[in-house]
Amino acid sequence: MRFAVIVFPGSNCDIDMYHAIEDVLKEPVDYVWHDDADLSSYDCILLPGGFSYGDYLRAGAIARFSRIMQEIEKAADQGKLILGVCNGFQILLEAGLLPGAMQRNENLQFICSTESLIIENNQTPFTAEYALREEIRIPIAHGEGNYYCDEQTLKELQQNSQIVFRYKNNPNGSVDDIAGIINKRGNVLGMMPHPERAISDLLGSPDGKKLFQSILKYWRER
Amino acid sequence: MMHHQPTPEEIFEQKLYKDMGLSAQEYGRIVKLIGRRPNFVETGLFSVMWSEHCSYKTSKPVLKRFPTKGKQVLQGPGEGAGIVDIGDNQAVVFKIESHNHPSAIEPYQGAATGVGGIIRDVFSMGARPIALLNSLRFGPLSDEKVKYLFKNVVAGIANYGNSMGIPTVGGEVVFEESYRGNPLVNAMCVGIIDHDKIQKGVAKGIGNPVMYVGASTGRDGIHGATFASEELTEESESKKPSVQVGDPFMEKLLLEATLELIELDIVEGIQDMGAAGLTSSSSEMASKAGTGIELDLSKVPRREPGMTPYEIMLSESQERMLVVVKKGKEEDVKKVFDKWGLYSAVIGRVTDDGMYRLLDGGKIVAEFPVSALVDEAPVYHMPSQEPNYFWKNQSVDSIDLEDHHLADLNKILLDLLASPNIASKEWVYKQYDHMVRTSTAVKPGSDAAVITIRGTRKALAMTTDGNGRYIYLDPYTGGAIAVAEAARNIVCSGGKPLALTDGINFGNPEKPEVFWQFEQAVDGMSMACKVLDTPVIGGNVSFYNETSGKAIYPTPIVGMVGLVSDLAHITTQGLKNVGDVIILLGDTYNELTGTEFQKVVLGKIEGKVPKLDLDKEKKVQEVVLEAIRNGYVQSAHDLSDGGFALAIAESCISGELGARINISNDLNPASFLFSESQSRILLSVSPDNVEQVKKIAAEIGVTYQEIGVVTSNTLEISYHDVLVIDLYIQQLIKAWKEAIPCLMN
Amino acid sequence: MFKANVYVTLRTGVLDPQGKAVRESLLSLGYDETQEVRIGKFIELTLDVDKYEVAKERVREMCEKLLVNTVIEDYRFELKEVTL
Repeated sequence: MRFAVIVFPGSNCDIDMYHAIEDVLKEPVDYVWHDDADLSSYDCILLPGGFSYGDYLRAGAIARFSRIMQEIEKAADQGKLILGVCNGFQILLEAGLLPGAMQRNENLQFICSTESLIIENNQTPFTAEYALREEIRIPIAHGEGNYYCDEQTLKELQQNSQIVFRYKNNPNGSVDDIAGIINKRGNVLGMMPHPERAISDLLGSPDGKKLFQSILKYWRER
Repeated sequence: MMHHQPTPEEIFEQKLYKDMGLSAQEYGRIVKLIGRRPNFVETGLFSVMWSEHCSYKTSKPVLKRFPTKGKQVLQGPGEGAGIVDIGDNQAVVFKIESHNHPSAIEPYQGAATGVGGIIRDVFSMGARPIALLNSLRFGPLSDEKVKYLFKNVVAGIANYGNSMGIPTVGGEVVFEESYRGNPLVNAMCVGIIDHDKIQKGVAKGIGNPVMYVGASTGRDGIHGATFASEELTEESESKKPSVQVGDPFMEKLLLEATLELIELDIVEGIQDMGAAGLTSSSSEMASKAGTGIELDLSKVPRREPGMTPYEIMLSESQERMLVVVKKGKEEDVKKVFDKWGLYSAVIGRVTDDGMYRLLDGGKIVAEFPVSALVDEAPVYHMPSQEPNYFWKNQSVDSIDLEDHHLADLNKILLDLLASPNIASKEWVYKQYDHMVRTSTAVKPGSDAAVITIRGTRKALAMTTDGNGRYIYLDPYTGGAIAVAEAARNIVCSGGKPLALTDGINFGNPEKPEVFWQFEQAVDGMSMACKVLDTPVIGGNVSFYNETSGKAIYPTPIVGMVGLVSDLAHITTQGLKNVGDVIILLGDTYNELTGTEFQKVVLGKIEGKVPKLDLDKEKKVQEVVLEAIRNGYVQSAHDLSDGGFALAIAESCISGELGARINISNDLNPASFLFSESQSRILLSVSPDNVEQVKKIAAEIGVTYQEIGVVTSNTLEISYHDVLVIDLYIQQLIKAWKEAIPCLMN
Repeated sequence: MFKANVYVTLRTGVLDPQGKAVRESLLSLGYDETQEVRIGKFIELTLDVDKYEVAKERVREMCEKLLVNTVIEDYRFELKEVTL
């Protein structure tokens, strides 16, 4: 299975994501620069965290118009797996690949801490290795992770089981404690917490490993 | 609109050099050195390069006393940052720098650009920055203005480091009256490099092109270096235009582009444009290489129209570098910087005539020997005088506890835990991304942070330490303690101390008492460095930290890095298992003067500071490192602010476990609990290993006491079998965790 | 040439934590009359366009596409003819 880690100017969790694939899955992984045009050889596309284009204007707003995004939209249409973490999630929202928007954290501060998440849907390609309602510990690190959507959208997310992760103790004011959502088709996942930072006991938690293992398992069994 | 530029005669006659920060004597020295009266641009160049910030003219003779050599040192003071060998062709690069004056005026940008500057110092050496630390000082948090400064300094540091993707993993924050009007913001950056990639700031190779890379030049920060060398006054507020604005996004691009450029192997020399911008980088690079340099200012990328040569040379716009590359490789540089959307331009060349020559188009606007500007800066041997208060304090070595109500030691412990100096700094470090780069094995909140080195079994332990209160009371001993405590923190984390960077923060050195503090502190630090084999590999001096004529506590900060030779040695302060045995290494004396206890309980600070026996210190550290390396230690924590009671409480809090302690000795219980006697470390050890640890201590010759066991949820301390402390761990946690958020909301 | 002043505000109903913090701060400073505080963005653009109608349409497009996230934000703008 081939993975692409997209690099925008200002991405800074690209290396961590790359290492997570290398260390947990030992599958081939490449960095792909934002104005490269071809993603056809990849099976899974990872949008890492960071501050693409300085997060100026709004987080993800400028990256969303980079050349690679058309390729990513195409890949999403083809049903390929796309994971956006933190800034990657913000970009997916700005691009309209996932519904809703991000606001500044309720306390107006950047928050870096390890949070408890609840697996709300384990029937996705990204979470099949987890148990339903399993509690996992994953770090967050963001200033704009306060997820917002209108009531109608929220209802849809709930009805379609598109809410994949909820915070146990909401750190940032997100609507309905949302930490991560998936599109209707089930191949595009966005999440604020960083699974790539939770792949060993030495660093505090190994709970993110199963997310990457789920991806590989899904691909192998498909 | 063009302003009239004063002529050399007007500068002389109207003493305009004084406005730029030069004394009449210094002006005279310039005239002598260059053989004529300097023009306006030249006067500006000398004024910034001869400021304390750039020339170290008053501190140099004293800084020379620091030991700077050791077999581990690859690069000592004098470059962007110092470098220390860590084996396997790898090295660690680090430096600390202050940004006190800008932060006092505009805390968010001041602190942010401080972080930006120190990161550039590290990657200009060719290193990949892997961690940030800081050391902050503010007035008491009851003051609204202090809260504003604290909040914005933290936010500024957070925003810059977080955007760069470099984890901020450690630091310290202290609140004391003396910093009310003059906060201290010292930032430290640690990087890693292969030996063969090390770069230097030299303008090497006659005829090689000098290239400007990074962001464009604006009018921000003109005369920042001079500003940093003056006392803060009411008028400082109006100097706000001097404060630079940082763009961490730009710096992230500059970092990646610079490291990519270095990989090409075409760089002859590279230096950050920090304080005094283009002036210092270009002249220092020529001076270090023994060459001349010629720049055409009309080629400098700029963001505002109509900038004069004076403004271009003195601008402190951020996120810029000066690079000398091999002739003919200009296009390769451009290609890299174009990819990252950054400016690159050939602005000059290296010459063989030893001259510093600036042109604006075809016209020469400055010309004199490089050495006049850099090497001939004045050096001052300032008068030094022991202040009266020193001997007064030396005569006070105990506190009459009978006068004070000490019945409730539980309450005193909780009060101390809630003292902002001791309380949890989670409110601060939660705003710092301390986990990016996925290498943070020990997060903020333990003795030292530990960062793993990918692809090896090694790790780096790092810490910042300084105790202005001790150094005020007794600068020699206090200086030595700062080094000893930093080393102790490294050792408690499982590392061997390698070297340190010093952040010197003092008042006005023209005052003999302040200069005396400075000399004494440096001497004390130097002595500790020698005994503990931790040479000084670089640092920064910030003087004139005064408001309304009153100096801050003399506050040298020690930034230290140590090597953890195997991941298995990584140790934290939290208790680990119920039933483990608690051992106290070292001796406790009745030393309550100058302590956090004296401040919080008695509301004053006076007297002698705890004594320090460096041989004993060295031995205690040896015992701990030996025990850790043998795998005998579950937790280790050094005894510092608040003494034994605070150390055991912090170990309980971190481990969310309790302890039952029984002490018997001749001291008053309060003295034992809160004395800040040095060279003491608290260990928890599994019962099977207790004898081995005792054996190591006995062999090396360190006092040890088995004082208790780890329990589940209470801290109980008995004194001669009388219970004097009896608290639930949850009570400790609450007092310790809620104090700062409570003050800030 | 036209100059556009674009005002971006949070949509009604969307929580504004910044506005809330500023409101509390104003109240604590004694500005008891303070009711609601909403914080937005102000963007200045100059456009090399001759006709008002064209400028208006272009700015509207810019807002919809990039300058504004219409999930949470509203906008309005003013256009003024200018000469450089």
